[in-house]
Amino acid sequence: MPASGPPIGILAELTHRCPLQCPYCSNPADLLKSSSELNSKEWLNVFEQAADLGILQAHLSGGEPTVRRDLEQFIEYLDSRGIYTNLITAGVNLSEKRLNVLANCGLDHVQVSFQGARPETTELIGAYKNGHQKKLATAMSVRSAGLPLTINAPIHRHNIDEVPEFIDLAVELGAERLEIANVQYYGWAYLNRAALMPDIEAVHRQVDIVESAQASLKGILNIDFVVPDYYADYPKPCMGGWANDVLIVAPDGTVLPCHAAQTIDALDFDSVRKQSLQQIWQHSAALNKYRGFDWMEEPCRSCPRKELDFGGCRCQAYAITGRAEATDPACMISPDHKGLEQLATEFAHNPNFEFNYRRIKTRG
Amino acid sequence: MQQRAILTPSSKPIVPKHVHLQFDNLRGKWVVLAPESVFWPDEQSLEILKLCDGKTSVKAMIEHLAKQYAAPKSVIEPDVTEFLQEWSDKLLIRVI
Ligand code: SF4
Ligand code: SF4
Repeated sequence: MPASGPPIGILAELTHRCPLQCPYCSNPADLLKSSSELNSKEWLNVFEQAADLGILQAHLSGGEPTVRRDLEQFIEYLDSRGIYTNLITAGVNLSEKRLNVLANCGLDHVQVSFQGARPETTELIGAYKNGHQKKLATAMSVRSAGLPLTINAPIHRHNIDEVPEFIDLAVELGAERLEIANVQYYGWAYLNRAALMPDIEAVHRQVDIVESAQASLKGILNIDFVVPDYYADYPKPCMGGWANDVLIVAPDGTVLPCHAAQTIDALDFDSVRKQSLQQIWQHSAALNKYRGFDWMEEPCRSCPRKELDFGGCRCQAYAITGRAEATDPACMISPDHKGLEQLATEFAHNPNFEFNYRRIKTRG
Repeated sequence: MQQRAILTPSSKPIVPKHVHLQFDNLRGKWVVLAPESVFWPDEQSLEILKLCDGKTSVKAMIEHLAKQYAAPKSVIEPDVTEFLQEWSDKLLIRVI
């Protein structure tokens, strides 16, 4: 189905380069090298086309977007077009000075990720020395630059018991938002499922903690809670529906409906290097493939919840069942749901693990 | 630690700098852009938001809107107060 309207947001993955090596990174297992990244002119052109197309928000992400020295230009341009800019950073290489420059360019909001609420956890997960201290400093300079702050906490079994500390940390830092985001198992996280999966008891404890903090911190801190798929009853409306609200542009200009879409082997995604964004948004066969509701099979096709969750995640359906058209196994109505639960329990009780850290494959 | 702001008739709400209330030419409607969210306010919400200038008190807003809609203040008041408290709780408006 072709697009029924313009996208609301663009998520620009400016680069796959990142000083951290989180084993759940949502970047693809095949990371792109800097030589294949769009250059400044190409990105500016993408943003111009996106603004013309009607986007209202731009999420500048990666990898680590601040490794791009042209970030300033992008923010300045987006701001001049009235677009809301959101910087998604790991916060280990962003000086206070540069942050102030970015703020002056018109940056609207910053999201800083914390791998742990404790320094040793942040260091273990990100495989980056003294990362925690640097993140704290970045978060503080975000606040002193007068910008709103979101703390993003990706949750898995090595930090799920730190959830109360994440909440305290966010309040202490004066953040507006905290994302308690249970890891979604695609990309690197899929490779690391056995090392990351929490057990059901920890998940239940977490739900209680988050719900009571949401109530007690009303008007102080907004806590967004992303529940863990493998233990969910219903799937998430991934990205607000396939190619519906948001488009992603990968570092090399490939246009995607979500981070993991390239894991679906049969799909061929188009690039802004060959076609206009408008053309791709309207006519890309891969974007049209799972847009809307016509592609659905039972039980989704006749399910009233389809308007809410769009049948869940295509990439997860593909990863678990081998068929991207299938109902997301995170849904309890899916015939594959029981299997997913069992898988989660097995992973969660696997005592031996070794992280497969996110790394760019060396040449050769 | 910060406290939750509870609105009173003398509070003066303001849309903070990082929340943008703007007209979207392409879609022909007003939009609110905030960290990680986009809202499409209906007509009444929009009228209230436009009065969130940091100078107009809640009391004055209610009077203004009562006149505008030719409705008794007692009818307007609960809606306005509830809306403002909810938006304040979501940190989309601030109270001075
Ligand atoms: S998840 Fe970790 S490794 Fe991946 S981009 Fe973010 S900070 Fe870098
Ligand atoms: S059957 Fe499909 S549409 Fe219905 S709740 Fe499950 S995933 Fe959503």
